[in-house]
Amino acid sequence: MTPSEIQALMDEPACAHNAKGKTGCAKGKPGATQGGCAFDGAQIALLPIADAAHIVHGPIGCAGSSWDARGTRSSGATLYRMGMTTDLSGIDVVMGRGEKKLFHAVKEAVDKYDPAAVFVYHTCITALQGDDIEALAKAAAERFGVPVVPVDCAGFYGSKNFGNRIAGETLYKHVIGTREPDPVPESAQRPGIRVHDINLIGEYNIVGEFWQVAPLFDELGLRILCTLAGDVRFHEVQTMHRAELNMVVCAKAMLNVARRLEDDYGTPFFEGSFYGIADTSQALRDIAARLGDPDLARRTEALIAREEAAARAVLAPWRERLAGKRALIFSGGVKSWSVISALHDLGMDVVATGTEKSTEEDRARIRALMGADARMIEDNDQAALMATCRDYGVDILIAGGRYLYPALKSKLPFLDINHERDFGYEGYAGIVELARQLGHAIANPIWAQVRARPSWTAPRLALVA
Amino acid sequence: MPTIRQSNKALTVNPLRVSQPMGASLAFMGLARAVPLEHGAQGCTAFSKVFFTRHFREPIPLQTTAMDHTVTVMGADDNVVEALATVATRHAPEVVGLVTTGLAETQGVDILRCLAEFRAGRPEFAGLAVVPVNTPDTEGCLESGYALAVEAMIVNLVPETRQAGRLRDQVNVLAASMLSPGDVDAVRDWLAAFGLRARILPDLGTALDGHLDAGGYSDLTTGGIGRGELAGLGESAATLVIGASMARAADLLKARTGVPDYRFDSLMGLARCDAFTQALVDITGRPVPERIERARAQLADAMVDCHFPLGGARVAVAADPDLLLAWTDYLAGLGAATPVAVAAAQAPSLQRVAAEEVVVGDLEDLEAMARSLGVDLLVGNSHAAPSALRLAKPLVRAGFPLHDQYGAHARARVGYAGSRDSLFELANLLAGQRNEIAPYRSIYRTDAPRGPDAAGCFRADPCC
Repeated sequence: MTPSEIQALMDEPACAHNAKGKTGCAKGKPGATQGGCAFDGAQIALLPIADAAHIVHGPIGCAGSSWDARGTRSSGATLYRMGMTTDLSGIDVVMGRGEKKLFHAVKEAVDKYDPAAVFVYHTCITALQGDDIEALAKAAAERFGVPVVPVDCAGFYGSKNFGNRIAGETLYKHVIGTREPDPVPESAQRPGIRVHDINLIGEYNIVGEFWQVAPLFDELGLRILCTLAGDVRFHEVQTMHRAELNMVVCAKAMLNVARRLEDDYGTPFFEGSFYGIADTSQALRDIAARLGDPDLARRTEALIAREEAAARAVLAPWRERLAGKRALIFSGGVKSWSVISALHDLGMDVVATGTEKSTEEDRARIRALMGADARMIEDNDQAALMATCRDYGVDILIAGGRYLYPALKSKLPFLDINHERDFGYEGYAGIVELARQLGHAIANPIWAQVRARPSWTAPRLALVA
Repeated sequence: MPTIRQSNKALTVNPLRVSQPMGASLAFMGLARAVPLEHGAQGCTAFSKVFFTRHFREPIPLQTTAMDHTVTVMGADDNVVEALATVATRHAPEVVGLVTTGLAETQGVDILRCLAEFRAGRPEFAGLAVVPVNTPDTEGCLESGYALAVEAMIVNLVPETRQAGRLRDQVNVLAASMLSPGDVDAVRDWLAAFGLRARILPDLGTALDGHLDAGGYSDLTTGGIGRGELAGLGESAATLVIGASMARAADLLKARTGVPDYRFDSLMGLARCDAFTQALVDITGRPVPERIERARAQLADAMVDCHFPLGGARVAVAADPDLLLAWTDYLAGLGAATPVAVAAAQAPSLQRVAAEEVVVGDLEDLEAMARSLGVDLLVGNSHAAPSALRLAKPLVRAGFPLHDQYGAHARARVGYAGSRDSLFELANLLAGQRNEIAPYRSIYRTDAPRGPDAAGCFRADPCC
């Protein structure tokens, strides 16, 4: 991408960051930067397209350390879990063999694995040497008879968030709108239930957590044309333009897709979350309200009442154990507020929340949930974060995987909330799992043992006296 | 304190209990140049021998008085005298452990009188130490038989002295049957780190650790604590008693020698290890050696790393009382619960098992309770493997016998390093048990036809 193209993509009109110094897409500060690059972000966003081959065009550093490391789950195709890269050598770079190698790589992927489509990812080295993956994708698609999508996402273009946006842009440019949805299957038609088509944008189905929510959509007659991107197939992404409504589930990063669908197809969108009872119910209500279907709204209310009652019954013993426990949430973007709501459902106190990647709108929501003097932490320095946890006397830190071991080394209970986690927290079933994991993390007897100094280092009473 | 329930069944299925004579014989295998002699039918000994051979993957020195039906009725005392003389003549052991079985006890043998008869009739073997012990297999289990043998060793081989502390760098260890040879060696190293020389009774660490030596095959034990060393236990600075079943043996040793003792139910888990380390600090007055501190820090870190799968995990444990106590206590310290705790036999230490209920029963009880209460993992001997298979849960092997894995008997699970090693095993098995969220396929979902779309276009790009 040229600098002007990058700048244009940075200026996402629907993003609240756009006005205020682009906090969410901030440039890295040398010596004090953590978090992934644009390539990482693009790959995360697109990998859940499970029946596609994802070829990383670059040296081994890019794919070698990142393949099959994400928690997203598929209910069928597993091709996305195979790491594919052109694994460029020094000679390839010097001799300019990159493009040729990529062309052959696409052929091999198509021959061996019969993908529904091939995504080709640019990386820093290949962008630097000027490989034209756009032209290559076009030629390869024609030659091999499979859609080939060029993802121009060299890591140095920007942050992980920005990479998400590049992914959205790529899909919008090359994939969305290239196929019409299939008719609703006869077997899925139920009398009295009008089927509405919607999209979920920014839902990654981490450890399959969306499967805890998906049956509710079926029950209400909401057909999800595409989940961008979690447990999704290439042909589903192609039909996104036909939805009546888009829900932006997580992060601002792919807001550009929702905004463009609104601009070009008039599809309205809203932001919501499936973390916590309150937010899950709100999301379902919002969908019904925005679709303007009173019958759907009525059925939605009945479903909410039923699910909330069931969840609260299961949660009761956990609420007792967790009530009043103090949590610090350090997770950027939408999770900075969506998890607060889930913890409030459990009777916990959130003493502070990280806002590293949060927008002004996110902050407003945080203030609404935690009060005007909500403590927000911008700095993503691990040592400083640990000190903050100590100062606030928190019972648990809730953050992404990279804070896991710093927290554990600080003898601080921890709950992983990001992609690498092992448990699904979405929906009514997810809040119960969240409670269980929080309970086990906080109440585990190891904390007292590892915090206590061994008896032989304690001052002897005899000596004191 | 748990409620203790005796499984009341006419039929024991998949027994957990191993007999007292076998425990006693095992204990004698921790003495140097020794051989256990079981007073019973030859089958008892054959079974014991096969059992221990498979467990340790070692030749097992074991003899029998070979009672037949005639002497069982008419009196088998002569068999004892004859067997002792034969063993003494053929193998020249230093110690013979004279272990009674259920058959001999039912017959009503007076083993001390048999021994007196042997002494009177065969004065040429006056130098041979014979340690008699009554271990009917109608009672107790391997652990209690082992403990009874250790008590008999102390009474017969440790003289009454008042020289406690004469050897300031020597300590005694009374090692219960729950300790594997690997565990015993770990304890020895722990003491060595404090500059202490260990006199371990019995010492399965040097006897059944599995070693090839120049001597080749032997009909006697090829390691273990020697008679001379046993005679010197009274000069030690302290006795470390590991395992609740060693309590009576500890009382006896203290009464005979006046050596002060420190008693430990378990050496698994941070707190239990710290208590042991503290005792060594108290005994020696030395600071904790750096390598112990380091091992401690490594265990603490592993506890933190592994607490995710361990927290809230439900484990079923079946074992002899000491081992049951050690494992449940260890698991509780890691945040895991033991809803199913099965003991092979009654023991006072069951009161200290970290479970709500302890069932004195068999592996059928283990399996049934594990199924009805729901567990994530089992801890038990190799006989629990089929149960684990039926339950589709992993099994951590501990106890007797361990015959379906290599090296299981040699593994150290005590001490900081052993606790850490077991913790990793538990965490890996539990992490593998984690239930994934079941995939859900929407009723509206359709599969795309492959190939070109209606417009004959292969490319994704709408411009084509």
